[in-house]
Amino acid sequence: MLEALQYDFMINALLAGLLASIACGIVGVYVVTKRIVFISGGIAHASFGGIGLGYFVGISPVIGAMIFSVASALGIGLVSRRTRLPEDTVIGILWATGMALGIVFIGLTPGYAPDLFSYLFGNILTVPRSDLILMAALDAVIVITVIALYKEFLAISFDEEFSTVTGIPVEALYLLLLSMIALTVVVLLRVVGIILVIALLTIPAALARQFTSSLRTMMLLAILFGAILTFGGLWVSYLLDLASGATIILLSGIAMLIIIGVSRLRRRVQAPAKETT
Amino acid sequence: MSQELVRLKDIWVHYNGVTALEGVSLTVDQGDFLGIIGPNGGGKTTLLKLILGLVNPSHGTVSVLGKAPEQSRKDIGYVPQHNLFDRSFPISVGETVIMGRYGRTGLFRRYRREDRVRAEAALQTVGLLEHRDRQIGKLSGGEQQRVLIARALATEPKLLLLDEPTASVDSTAQTEFYELLEELKQRIAIIMVSHDIGAISIYVNKIACLNRQLVYHGSKEITAEVLEATYKCPVQLIAHGTVPHRVLKEH
Repeated sequence: MLEALQYDFMINALLAGLLASIACGIVGVYVVTKRIVFISGGIAHASFGGIGLGYFVGISPVIGAMIFSVASALGIGLVSRRTRLPEDTVIGILWATGMALGIVFIGLTPGYAPDLFSYLFGNILTVPRSDLILMAALDAVIVITVIALYKEFLAISFDEEFSTVTGIPVEALYLLLLSMIALTVVVLLRVVGIILVIALLTIPAALARQFTSSLRTMMLLAILFGAILTFGGLWVSYLLDLASGATIILLSGIAMLIIIGVSRLRRRVQAPAKETT
Repeated sequence: MSQELVRLKDIWVHYNGVTALEGVSLTVDQGDFLGIIGPNGGGKTTLLKLILGLVNPSHGTVSVLGKAPEQSRKDIGYVPQHNLFDRSFPISVGETVIMGRYGRTGLFRRYRREDRVRAEAALQTVGLLEHRDRQIGKLSGGEQQRVLIARALATEPKLLLLDEPTASVDSTAQTEFYELLEELKQRIAIIMVSHDIGAISIYVNKIACLNRQLVYHGSKEITAEVLEATYKCPVQLIAHGTVPHRVLKEH
């Protein structure tokens, strides 16, 4: 691994992993605690339409993905709040429509779509410097927003109805939260790809939840776990010559299983001890 | 003359083609402790949501503290059913209670020292100050209910709205809970919604029976006929003497 660090692409890969961990650690905590995993999946997949559009009109597919993911986040949020359509129906429709649009756009684009596979499944080893700068900028937006609106996001995640009564602009903040998920999807795009984004949005936060009952600590732990898992996955994929995005996700899944198993075991050991007290 | 806090005038509410409330008129004055009883689905929660401005009537007018309900929310302490939220949510008792201070703080601003003092005072009132750093799900059902009351009290309300506060709370905790309300009603008007007829009428000084229509509204001497009309079946009738006791109606 150490000799790999002399390559620029390896340094870029580590930076990308770190930037991805910050976004997915912070936003993932809201996704997990507010139980909006399915919405996040919808936003991620709908962004494929933007990747297709990017190829078709000749702009960066990442910028296209950003436009589509934010638009679909706002769309899911508004339609599910203001109409009587069930939220999961709206998500399902946008999920598939976004992907279909992407496929049509790519089909209309003359010639071959380079890197298509890496947008779907990620390739942390090929993240260009320009994307790193974009990722860092989006991270900054996410961090500043969450610091500024920490108490509001906590309130609407815990109890929307009370938040409305107490005067918090719940709908606007909910749409902002969904937009931050959209930005996180863009940050994670190059690392794990849109198909696998959902794992990094949920696993580090779910792992962190096993260790703390404070939202703030959970975010910091989730960033740490995200970094360990992306670096670890990158290392394993380098050693075994496997696809990096998929390796990161598999490692995360294994970590989750181990933590759940250990905490179950611990509970079983503690339970009889409790009865005697 | 005591100040009028809530006035509902000929309210009709329809949800997806189903009528939830039919021609309900009701007033609540300062110093009132109004108990609203009625069967599940009788529109009790809808009535509370009208007062909070969370539900709009299809006909009729709602005024709270002389204003539209949305504009008076700051002065209302709302205690939702405690079993509706996610117990495992990573939030402490103190963080939950200080949410009640939002109306006096505002967007982007941090909670100030005064907010923390008020939140702690509210926790002290419900007797849970020593639990402020615990995760909310680690408390018993009755304690969680009291945390939600503390959150409502932290808003410094003129009116407290309680939705089924004794649901899934054991009987010892219920007694403590009613003693707390007894203390609070000296300084805050209270509207409490419940299907628990027995407990409610010992403590309230006004009662309303709601089953889509307001069957009865007034002082707390209800007759068996009124209860039957509300619940559409014979029920226990509570008589009030020096010692509260129940009279079982034959059926």
